[in-house]
Amino acid sequence: MRSVYLDYSATTPVKNQVLAEMLPYFNEKFGNPSSLYGLAFTSKDGITLARARVAHLIGALDTEVYFTSGGTEADNWAVIGAARAKKEKGNHIITSKIEHHALLHSCEFLEKEGFEVTYLDVDEKGAVSVADLEKAIRKETILVSIMLANNEVGTIQPIKEIAAITKARGILLHSDAVQALGNVPIDVNELGVDMLSLSSHKIYGPKGIGALYIRKGVMISNILFGGGQESKKRAGTENLPGIIGFGKAAELAEQNLAEHIETLTTLRNYFIGQIKEKIDGVTLNGDPDKRLPGNANLTFDYVEGEAVLLYLDIKGISISTGSACSSASFSPSHVLTAMGIPIEKVYSSLRFTIGDFTTKEDLDYVVETLVEVIAKYRALSPFGKENQMKSAQSCACQGYECTGCDCVKKG
Amino acid sequence: MGMYNETVMDHFTNPRNAGEMENPDAVGSYGSPVCGDMMEISLKIEDNVIKDAKFRTFGCGSAIASSSVATDMIKGKTLEEALALTNKDFVAELGGLPGAKVHCSVLSEQAIKLAIYNYAKENNLDLPGLEGFDPDAEFDHDHE
Ligand SMILES: Cc1ncc(COP(=O)(O)O)c(C=O)c1O
Repeated sequence: MRSVYLDYSATTPVKNQVLAEMLPYFNEKFGNPSSLYGLAFTSKDGITLARARVAHLIGALDTEVYFTSGGTEADNWAVIGAARAKKEKGNHIITSKIEHHALLHSCEFLEKEGFEVTYLDVDEKGAVSVADLEKAIRKETILVSIMLANNEVGTIQPIKEIAAITKARGILLHSDAVQALGNVPIDVNELGVDMLSLSSHKIYGPKGIGALYIRKGVMISNILFGGGQESKKRAGTENLPGIIGFGKAAELAEQNLAEHIETLTTLRNYFIGQIKEKIDGVTLNGDPDKRLPGNANLTFDYVEGEAVLLYLDIKGISISTGSACSSASFSPSHVLTAMGIPIEKVYSSLRFTIGDFTTKEDLDYVVETLVEVIAKYRALSPFGKENQMKSAQSCACQGYECTGCDCVKKG
Repeated sequence: MGMYNETVMDHFTNPRNAGEMENPDAVGSYGSPVCGDMMEISLKIEDNVIKDAKFRTFGCGSAIASSSVATDMIKGKTLEEALALTNKDFVAELGGLPGAKVHCSVLSEQAIKLAIYNYAKENNLDLPGLEGFDPDAEFDHDHE
């Protein structure tokens, strides 16, 4: 059976060239970079090169890139570190309702510490309004954090326009670029951000490694305490093979960027076109143009997303309902909900994300399989044109939190 | 390997009793699209015995598998016997469901009870198994 992976936004396979560069750092060049002998300097040199490669991909200085354990830590550090460093100045933070949970849960944590957070709405395409953001600014506002591209619907946010406002008001600007990295051209100076979160495993590098870009001159508090690694900003013996792999992945991403964007955009548009031609009752969620090249988030009316996902899995196809995280936490997508998509359509939405190893033949197989599975489970659905449902009564979740097919005890 | 056992997967991929029925004697639908799952059931009833059952379900794999197994189990049963079945019986027949998915089987139990309730009301039947069944009530079910 054919096996097709269409969940590149959840994670990507490590490219062979990346793995090859990492391997010696497990057992030959394994020295602790903080030690003082030749073996250690080899490790240190490896890290220096990797840092330069990551920095180059985003147009930053090498000294502005700090390695972390991934995108989650970078988000946590940026928001919590900035809030604590600026708390004398004010206690207000602005973010959006469609951020990754790494960001949203950090904000919720800060609320418990006494900070106030404004969660901006998004429009039906999943974009934050620059005007809304400007209106939300108070004199106590110390930080704005808006993602560069959304992980579920792929909408690219107007960060440059937002930066013009934050800069004029002396407010720090952070952006989660985990999904954007390697998928849209990024230059930190052109964007005007003060901090940028990055992750390696979305760009064909290993998992558990990422970075936070912190603009020179911007001071944020540390959240990890220990040794003096990463210029005394992020304690802990470096994830050496991880850093090496991230560096190589960043180099490849930069070399392939234009071709990657063009190929994925073409494949993605072909895929959406084929689906819309062969299946009716399909809507594309998000912005048709300002979106990540590999992202196709689609609603298939009258069928439940998880049932389709399960059937596609039997057919060797890996996709996602919301984000990988929300499928484990059993709640309807907070992103689609924030976009004003009716809840029954949220349950009928699926995310397909295309990547460097996707072929046209893969997509043809997925379309063919989708035609079959959507017809199969639509025939089973009490909703639909001919199947106009009798008015629905009660939710079987009574007494429980209503979260679709999954029920969680209230409280 | 996957999240469900083979029996669940079998009922999910080859659902029994799926579809609509001409001139059903009883119908019941439970759930709502807003909750992410909804089941509609139709029954053929003769001499107090369920001769046939059909369903249509919007929901995840376990909701579909539960609907399939539940309709299978009530066929040939008297109304009283069918009313005595609970979601636990359906889950047992499926060989178990993951914890968070057990609720999907409640959907089937409620839809069946509702269909029989509607039938009893129309035909002025007094079914002991329906005592205390209120189609609109908040019900408190053991989801374990
Ligand atoms: C937008 C976004 N931010 C943050 C993360 C977290 O990154 P990591 O998995 O490296 O912790 C992810 C990926 O899951 C993401 O998509």
